[in-house]
Amino acid sequence: MTAAAGTLPRGFEPLDRVRALAGSRTLAWLIRGVLLGLLAFAIFGPLLNMLLWTVTERWYFPHKLPLEYGFSFWQRVFAPRGGAIESLVNSIVIALGTVVLSLAMALPAGYALARLKLPFRSLILLAFLLPQAFPNLPVYINIARIFYQFGLNGTYIGVVLVHTTHGLVYAVWIATAAFAAVDRELEEAARSIGAGALRTFLTITLPLAAPGIFASAIFVFLESLDEFTGTYFVGAPDVQTLPLLLYSASAGGNYQIASITALILLVPSIAFMFVVERFIRADVLARVGR
Amino acid sequence: MPARIFGLLLVLPALTTIALLFAYPLAYSVVTAFEAGGDWGLANFIKSFELYRSDIVFTFLIVGSSALLIGLLSVAIGGYLTLGGSPAAIAILRWLYRWPLFIPFIVAGQLMRTFLAKNGMLNNTLTEIGLLTPLQTVSLLDWRGIVITFVWKQTPFVALLVAGAMASLDRSMIEAARNLGASRPRILVEIIVPQVRQTLLVGLILSFVIMMSVLSVPLMINAQSPTMITANMAFRINAYGDYGVANALGLISYLMTGAVSWIYLRYAVREQGERP
Repeated sequence: MTAAAGTLPRGFEPLDRVRALAGSRTLAWLIRGVLLGLLAFAIFGPLLNMLLWTVTERWYFPHKLPLEYGFSFWQRVFAPRGGAIESLVNSIVIALGTVVLSLAMALPAGYALARLKLPFRSLILLAFLLPQAFPNLPVYINIARIFYQFGLNGTYIGVVLVHTTHGLVYAVWIATAAFAAVDRELEEAARSIGAGALRTFLTITLPLAAPGIFASAIFVFLESLDEFTGTYFVGAPDVQTLPLLLYSASAGGNYQIASITALILLVPSIAFMFVVERFIRADVLARVGR
Repeated sequence: MPARIFGLLLVLPALTTIALLFAYPLAYSVVTAFEAGGDWGLANFIKSFELYRSDIVFTFLIVGSSALLIGLLSVAIGGYLTLGGSPAAIAILRWLYRWPLFIPFIVAGQLMRTFLAKNGMLNNTLTEIGLLTPLQTVSLLDWRGIVITFVWKQTPFVALLVAGAMASLDRSMIEAARNLGASRPRILVEIIVPQVRQTLLVGLILSFVIMMSVLSVPLMINAQSPTMITANMAFRINAYGDYGVANALGLISYLMTGAVSWIYLRYAVREQGERP
């Protein structure tokens, strides 16, 4: 804290200055330590509380810690009748379907938006912003009502379609940004030595944009895995996913099962947080939505 | 085939999906908000206000105050990452603040449901270090719990955007202010924040819309009255199949986000006009 040292009154001996500086350093670290400690408690406290619940056998008021630890609830969750395996498989199947369907539409759209001359380009980009501009809960309510007429309620396809609509927006944005970040001169060089448009796309553009597209695939996968509201209206009770299992366990007051389900959903989210920067470079992020 | 037509064909599947599965149900919800028992009119809105007036106000206050807190915390985090004096503290903060970034709302709801309860880790820690007696502890699972969960989950997202914008600023003006003896809080408020306010506002508006859409957090933290209108919409559908009132509440939530976005757009347009 040089500012504090600079305000010392005149006439201070150099040694006093050094002492005051050292004192203000200690104070600065004390303040930093307390603030960072509070932040750490705010962030890890809830996570730790959840972890405790996953290994709790018995815990009730006014005891501050569980009375008995164990893994019996894990056995119960993963038993055939516990529903976790079924929900996990459902969630993964739906998320994979969502990724395939989203990318199948987002790759051509992203390429066209980034590289081709399009009429109404800014209007089209705006249309892909639309789902971010409105709260989506009322939309899900009405999708469920419309799907009901077509027999899509309570089906995997219905849930995949709802998740795709949500994921498509991110997939299109990120794909557009990833294609736009590819150096045009490389494509032109390939074309000038005789490669066709499709070959240029498959051997130059797509591989160079792949990291961004891979990241968008993971993101769409995670969004689908974690999606609650749409599944709640369109899928429940026939299609049971992990978030729905978590909700019903929590609503039923079974904190162990809710916490174990939460942990399963938590692990991929935190892993993605740590690796995302390797896939999406800052210059791609800067182009999202442009 | 002309290139323009080819480009449109490539965009068409994605655009059709958005039109059929987002724009159509959106329009459907707006139109049916005005239909009650075969008649057209404002009956659903009158009923919504009679039943849920306090919840509508409450929703706006919860989401608004959450957005305010998210903004303050994001600026504080971004500001320390940009101006902080200690590289070690900056590294710790950078590693720390992002954890909730991709944690789903429903998981955040469950975490807070245990953490903020009367017997949760927050109260237990406060009694353990002597700040509270066991009799003084209260459950925070009401509107405060919803605000805390929203802030906990959404701050990393806005802070990430804001910190990114701050990092790409020209350092020379900051250094000049520092050489003139300006304190770091003053540099943050008077020099840095005005330059990143666009990014900050975009992040906060996106967060506002997201918080207005979340069903799991109000259901899990506090579904009793007063609660958020998202919980009320789900209740109208599940208990009564009452699409009229649910859609009227939906339209009210569109109007709230619309008002916020409109303020932003007006501000952005003015900003554009000021540029040389």
